[in-house]
Amino acid sequence: MREFRYEKATDPAGAVATLTAAPEGAYLGGGTNLVDLMRLGVATPDVLVDVRQLTSTEVEDLPDGGLRIGAAVPNADLAAEPRVRERFPLLAQALLAGASGQLRNRATTGGNLLQRTRCTYFTDVTMPCNKRAPGSGCGAVAGYHRNLAVLGATNRGGDDGHTCIATHPSDMAVALRALDATVRVLGAEGERAVPIGELHRLPGEDPSRDTTLAHGELITAIDVPALPWATRSRYRKVRDRASYAFALVSVAAAMDLRGTGPDAVVADVRIALGGVAHVPWRATVAEDALRGGPATEEAFAAAVAAELAAADPLPENAFKLPMATNLVTRTLLQISGEARA
Amino acid sequence: MTALSDRPTTHAPAVGSDVRRIDGPAKVRGRAPYAYEHELDSSPAFVAIVQSPVARGRVVSIDASAAEALPGVLAVLTHENAPRLGEVVEEIRVLQSATVQYAGEPVAAVVAETSEVARDAIGRVVVRYDSEAPDVVLSVDRDDLYAPEQLMAGFETDSVIGDVDAALAAAPVAVDVTYATPVQHNQPIEMHATVARWDGDVLRMWDANQGPHNLVPVLTSAFGITEDQLHVVSPYVGGAFGSKAFTHVHQLLAGMAARVTGRTVKLELTRQQMSSLVGHRTPTIQRLRLGAEADGTLTAISHEVVEHTSRNAEFAEQTATATRLLYAAPARRTTHRLARLDVPAPTIMRAPGETPGVYALESAMDELAVALGMDPVELRVHNEPARDPERDVPWSSRNLVACLRQGAERFGWAGRDPRPRVREVGRRLVGTGVAASTYPTRRRPSQCRIEAVPGKATVVSIDASDIGTGAWTALTQIAADALGVAMAEVDLRIGDSRLPKASGAGGSTGTTSWGPAIQAAAQALRERVHAEHGGQLPAGGVVVTGSSGPGEEVERFSMHAFGAHFAEVRVDRDTGEVRVPRMTSVFAAGRIVNATTARSQFLGGMTMGLSMALHEESVLDAVHGHFANHDLAEYHVATNADVGEMDISWLDEVDEHVNPLGAKGIGEIGIVGAAAAIGNAYWHATGRRVRDLPITPEAFFRGE
Ligand SMILES: Cc1cc2nc3c(=O)[nH]c(=O)nc-3n(C[C@H](O)[C@H](O)[C@H](O)COP(=O)(O)OP(=O)(O)OC[C@H]3O[C@@H](n4cnc5c(N)ncnc54)[C@H](O)[C@@H]3O)c2cc1C
Ligand code: SF4
Repeated sequence: MREFRYEKATDPAGAVATLTAAPEGAYLGGGTNLVDLMRLGVATPDVLVDVRQLTSTEVEDLPDGGLRIGAAVPNADLAAEPRVRERFPLLAQALLAGASGQLRNRATTGGNLLQRTRCTYFTDVTMPCNKRAPGSGCGAVAGYHRNLAVLGATNRGGDDGHTCIATHPSDMAVALRALDATVRVLGAEGERAVPIGELHRLPGEDPSRDTTLAHGELITAIDVPALPWATRSRYRKVRDRASYAFALVSVAAAMDLRGTGPDAVVADVRIALGGVAHVPWRATVAEDALRGGPATEEAFAAAVAAELAAADPLPENAFKLPMATNLVTRTLLQISGEARA
Repeated sequence: MTALSDRPTTHAPAVGSDVRRIDGPAKVRGRAPYAYEHELDSSPAFVAIVQSPVARGRVVSIDASAAEALPGVLAVLTHENAPRLGEVVEEIRVLQSATVQYAGEPVAAVVAETSEVARDAIGRVVVRYDSEAPDVVLSVDRDDLYAPEQLMAGFETDSVIGDVDAALAAAPVAVDVTYATPVQHNQPIEMHATVARWDGDVLRMWDANQGPHNLVPVLTSAFGITEDQLHVVSPYVGGAFGSKAFTHVHQLLAGMAARVTGRTVKLELTRQQMSSLVGHRTPTIQRLRLGAEADGTLTAISHEVVEHTSRNAEFAEQTATATRLLYAAPARRTTHRLARLDVPAPTIMRAPGETPGVYALESAMDELAVALGMDPVELRVHNEPARDPERDVPWSSRNLVACLRQGAERFGWAGRDPRPRVREVGRRLVGTGVAASTYPTRRRPSQCRIEAVPGKATVVSIDASDIGTGAWTALTQIAADALGVAMAEVDLRIGDSRLPKASGAGGSTGTTSWGPAIQAAAQALRERVHAEHGGQLPAGGVVVTGSSGPGEEVERFSMHAFGAHFAEVRVDRDTGEVRVPRMTSVFAAGRIVNATTARSQFLGGMTMGLSMALHEESVLDAVHGHFANHDLAEYHVATNADVGEMDISWLDEVDEHVNPLGAKGIGEIGIVGAAAAIGNAYWHATGRRVRDLPITPEAFFRGE
């Protein structure tokens, strides 16, 4: 643990200026992830710029029927927000499936998106980890990786400088990925809007970078565009215990079903998976396979199977494939069943 | 005061009544000081520990200059400069040599003005190692398995009666199955903490432990001091389960740091450090072979255990000892073999031995019931032994059958369809299971002093230990009855090495050891006042002592508590998630001193058993030799949401033989067998027999 300076800026631009000038500094949201990592010596910022009172704690209506969520909205408030519950039930469900009541009170929307992997080699500074200490190798591949990635990972055996099979642990981000949210970011050069699909990145050749944000860029808000049929949506999470555990596999799904009975057709569908990759994983292959087709168990299962064809599991986490197949199939059946009813 | 009449009648007996914890109000108000919270000094120093990432090797060099240069650092202790310790067991010879025997072994300690500086400084100590690949994987095929001289608590390593192999070969129905349990870690809510100070040549310690006197032999020997030069104070302890029973390295480091700096020092382990510095439950691999007649009569029981210990200690968990007494069978065998691995020393974890051992035996019994086509409750009842089957002595009392019957009744066992995977609620497969429980009844030598002065509360002093169990309350109840006064008139003093020596909290022996000592002292008081003061307490007061310890009952009887667990399990057929909506457990544990705190003990034990069944596993990394999932985000213990309806009851068991109190000890029996009931119910729900714990969701997908 390193000594650090604590700063409170007066406005977002001031915060950006302060952090841009401090290459080893960090923004502080609720601190529920960052402070833990500081205690462990994994994060060693010399300056903390507190942005919890600086960014918005409001959820505002967008003209199209969507919502703008301030970066400092606590996870608990967002989950309880009536407009979220009504328009985007999968988002409220995802938030409530995460962490614990105390943590959700403290954690912010911006911080949640940027929380780091729970890989136990990443959080232990005595272990090799390409994400924390680039080039040191990946301890997880030959070690404990039961809850790590089966999709999109870089796995060259663990001893090279690029291997990383970490997962992104956020539940909320999976729902936002399914909803095609946009992340509003303020940097030294001004504002930009980052589609959530472009915020997180796969490890590729540089596992040290979780996102495409530049140092000093501040998340100010998240825009969730309208999606009228998201009222029929769900977030389901498989975990080791009934509460307070990260997802082994999770799914955020919404479906636009046209017609009734056995002839009903999937006009559109959104599926994102958690617990399987370095990013909240949008199941575009499965979505494409389902669009325009029947809403049957066979079709759902086949679509997930197509999505998971690219998976490259390890012995300890191969169970995630049948688990994900069942989970997605069942969730889609539940949504289509409700739509029919 | 009425303390001294022969038959105290003015007060309703406190023992057996449902008294709330007397230390509760102080605890919820934050006024009960735990070890780390004792404010003894306005500017204590803080200790932080540098641990080896290497599991096997040696320290080649240590460069502490950068750490020492940090403002606020008072000292950096290493094996090169740390005070030499006197004779102590090898596993705690901390900073005495360059050898590294397990991942996480302390190689240096920083003492600093603040905990922040201490933690900053440990990152600046540069240590170089020579390392070898660690050997941490337990298996039955290892060629270095050995039979220890004896097991923990003095049990024989093996027991063999009759020709087991012949009986198994001849048995019309038999099972031959291997069960495995993983490394588990105690997770008391209070992390291990010590505040240490040298007042001249007297070492004072405010410490989280399971009995201050437990520390006395080790600390006096380590620091070359007499018992008079040591004072350990531990009034309140936030859970232990065995992890605070022995002296560990942090207590020695605190004493060394205080001596070197001349300061009061505070040392609290982090949760992560607890994985390597305060012990763990050994993993086990257990082969169970049971042979039976077609009517269910057991003809042979064989229970062979392989488990680990460390290079630097022999901790031989008594895993199969309960198998020596749970059921009748003419041919019987239990064995224990150990592998010495590059791991930290294992230690006690709630019901060491019985917990993993009865899990395996009771799971195998369920498999036998299935093979026989017999109800698992009836199979157990059918094999009830009239006497201890190996020692051939009578039971002091044994009510396993009554527990099974009452439990079956309360749970609604009758009419259970034995077929697996035929019940569903929604998408959940539903099953039920049963298992027996047992735990030895013992008492240990303990002494008590009573000081009675007219008009004042009677001071009852005994170095007992309340690790969260309710001993403060139970002992006050016992003392009040023994003295014939109200509880408010008892001034109990416990948790201090300067009090009369008593056994530690462990082995479910606290109440059974301390209670009779208090009763003996009260009896001595009564006799003294009658004999010397004509029945009237003299104005100057009276001081007496009393003691209690194991007697001839140990030889004459087989003394154990018993219990029965029933569990319902639901398994999500899509995701494999396992939930336990309800458990019913019935115990026969002698006299229950306090219904509230007893229920807490049973409930806590059952919850820990549920946690063992479904969640708890410390993963040893085969490459680095460390416990990879060493925090509470990754080492899962059951949360409230995992614990369903817990129906807990006990029999009004009277046992005159075990001790004058008639109590059997309740701290551990709740965990024993609980995991087997859940595993058996899992099979009944899914048709899948999972033979290695924990039963996590992926168990449902194995082989698919
Ligand atoms: C025991 C435990 C269990 C948990 N279980 C779950 C779970 O089941 N599911 C789940 O989804 N999560 C879980 N979490 C994680 C929790 O959701 C995150 O810790 C939390 O959302 C982070 O939010 P925060 O505001 O506290 O972030 P902080 O810790 O303050 O920050 C996290 C990161 O974001 C950066 N940051 C913060 N705000 C901004 C901003 N506005 N702009 C740019 N950068 C910013 C920080 O610099 C830091 O790098 C758990 C956490 C714990 C401790
Ligand atoms: S999986 Fe990624 S985060 Fe984990 S040890 Fe490997 S490189 Fe580090």
